[in-house]
Amino acid sequence: MAVYKRTYRGYSGAITPTWSRFLVLYRFSRRGVFKSKFQTAFLVLCFFFPLLCLLGIYANDHLSAFAFLGPREAPLFAIDGKYFFIYTLVQGALAFILTSFIGPGLVSPDLANGALTLYLCRPLSRTEYVAGKMAVLCIVLSWITWIPGLVLFFVQASLSGWQWMVDNLFIASGLLLGAFIWIAVLSLLSLALSAWVKWRIAAGALLLGTLFIGAGFGQAVNAVLRTKQGYLIDVGHLISVIWGDLFRQEANADFPVSEAWVGLLAFSGVCLLLLMRKVRANEVIR
Amino acid sequence: MDQVNETSTVLPSVAGTAPPVSAPAPPPVIELRGLSVRLGNREVLRDLTCSFTGRTIGLLGPNGAGKSTLINTLLGFWRPSAGSAYVFGSDIRTHAKSIRSLIGYMPENDAFISKMSAVAFIRLMAELSGLPSEMALERAHEALFYVGLGEARYRKLGTYSLGMKQLAKLAQAIAHGPKLLILDEPTNGLDPPARQRMIRLIREMHESREMHIVLCSHLLRDVEEVCEEVVILKEGRVVHYSNLNDERRSNRRFLELELQGDTANFIPAIEKLGCECAPGALNRLKVVLAEGVEIPDIYRIASSQNIQLRRLNFRRDTLEDIFLKAMENGNGSL
Repeated sequence: MAVYKRTYRGYSGAITPTWSRFLVLYRFSRRGVFKSKFQTAFLVLCFFFPLLCLLGIYANDHLSAFAFLGPREAPLFAIDGKYFFIYTLVQGALAFILTSFIGPGLVSPDLANGALTLYLCRPLSRTEYVAGKMAVLCIVLSWITWIPGLVLFFVQASLSGWQWMVDNLFIASGLLLGAFIWIAVLSLLSLALSAWVKWRIAAGALLLGTLFIGAGFGQAVNAVLRTKQGYLIDVGHLISVIWGDLFRQEANADFPVSEAWVGLLAFSGVCLLLLMRKVRANEVIR
Repeated sequence: MDQVNETSTVLPSVAGTAPPVSAPAPPPVIELRGLSVRLGNREVLRDLTCSFTGRTIGLLGPNGAGKSTLINTLLGFWRPSAGSAYVFGSDIRTHAKSIRSLIGYMPENDAFISKMSAVAFIRLMAELSGLPSEMALERAHEALFYVGLGEARYRKLGTYSLGMKQLAKLAQAIAHGPKLLILDEPTNGLDPPARQRMIRLIREMHESREMHIVLCSHLLRDVEEVCEEVVILKEGRVVHYSNLNDERRSNRRFLELELQGDTANFIPAIEKLGCECAPGALNRLKVVLAEGVEIPDIYRIASSQNIQLRRLNFRRDTLEDIFLKAMENGNGSL
């Protein structure tokens, strides 16, 4: 099939391993994400708060640099579970907003014009397709959540010493586990919504709506029925309860942690079910 | 892989050389063994059993006959409810992925990413089929030049016309050099020149002998122009299988004559050659030529009996005839 000959020729060269095909999807989808200057700018903005936290940690350990403000014995603030809980809340919110920009553009273009058939007629399973698309969100969201979080943790550990690190290992595990859960929930939610609402902008809006409408509806249920079960449909509250538990904070102890886990798992399960129903080469018309 | 064809071909031995070499015959391109597919409550394919070995296979049938379902089943999109199908000897139930790596598929419906350039899209598809990145890019350019979209390869697919989109779909199907190319209604919506170009490309690929082609269409002319074998489906069943090459060869023996003059001695003279004759109205005569009898023999007899041959046609069963007959035989109604 040489260009100059314009005749067909077969291919008998090297073939990449089958397991690595989902990485092709990741690579192409990631390129699409960073074609948007707005998304790239927002991603850069997401590093602002971790940088601020880093400065906070540094300043807290170098009080002598602030001698001009007057003598000070105690640290400016405590670098503890609460500090990293607040960090996780802020970065989690930013991760949600970033997902609402990136997520809908991952699956909906494939479904809008039937390209999914072309993916799945190749040696690529539906699971690998979803994995390839999720990998984009997982990696991008990792850049702004647990990776800078762990950097902050280790900077603080290097400044405060080995004992601080041993005493606060729950923070590192909380950063990792908390981010993993949130990234998984966001990825599944955004992919499921973009699979069902093929219009990218509408899918983004719906993603934002899911959080806010869920929160509002949950509060209404709580108020009307005088219960706390309304939180089960408030994904934001569920994750903050789990984060609070991971970082040993009592602030969100108004709802049982075990129920928050169940609620979040059920929510993720529904998203996965919705996603897999749509990620098919063909639809059965009964 | 489950090899389904266990027969072997014995090559002729040459005196004084090694003993006969037994080479296994290649498995059929597609073999269906009692294949049934149920979608919802409807049985779309019912107990299909046949095997194809030709280079270009036509899949014909009216709308709703199950052509696309059969293709989707071969690609592993639907699971058979009974029986199975084999592609190059591999069972679609157990080797769906390895089968897909051998197939290039051009679907009937739109299938593209509108904001992607043609070259990027085809490169992506080639990489998903297993080509290394640089090779996929090279083959994407080549495939686009081959189908005639070379100059438009950097344009976004959303800006393509219907004909260009069809060609782009063909390019993505061949970029990775498949062994089996499945084309589902490739000439749908094309104007006559574009259709001609598509048929020419299919015929060229057929002649390259690098791949087998399954052409699914309800346009009989398209199938007739490029296919060697034809299977006709109706209501999920195979109602006719035909090897078009054999049909064409046998059709060469049927003649339709229009005569002028006294034919009383002409018919016995023709029959004496071993031919079968069937006189019709208006001095017409249908003749089935015997082996070894050629047209000049007819001329010679007509000339000796002073009979004018006003018309001589090969009576050829067109694919349309075959198709209509198959539809009638299916259950007696069209």
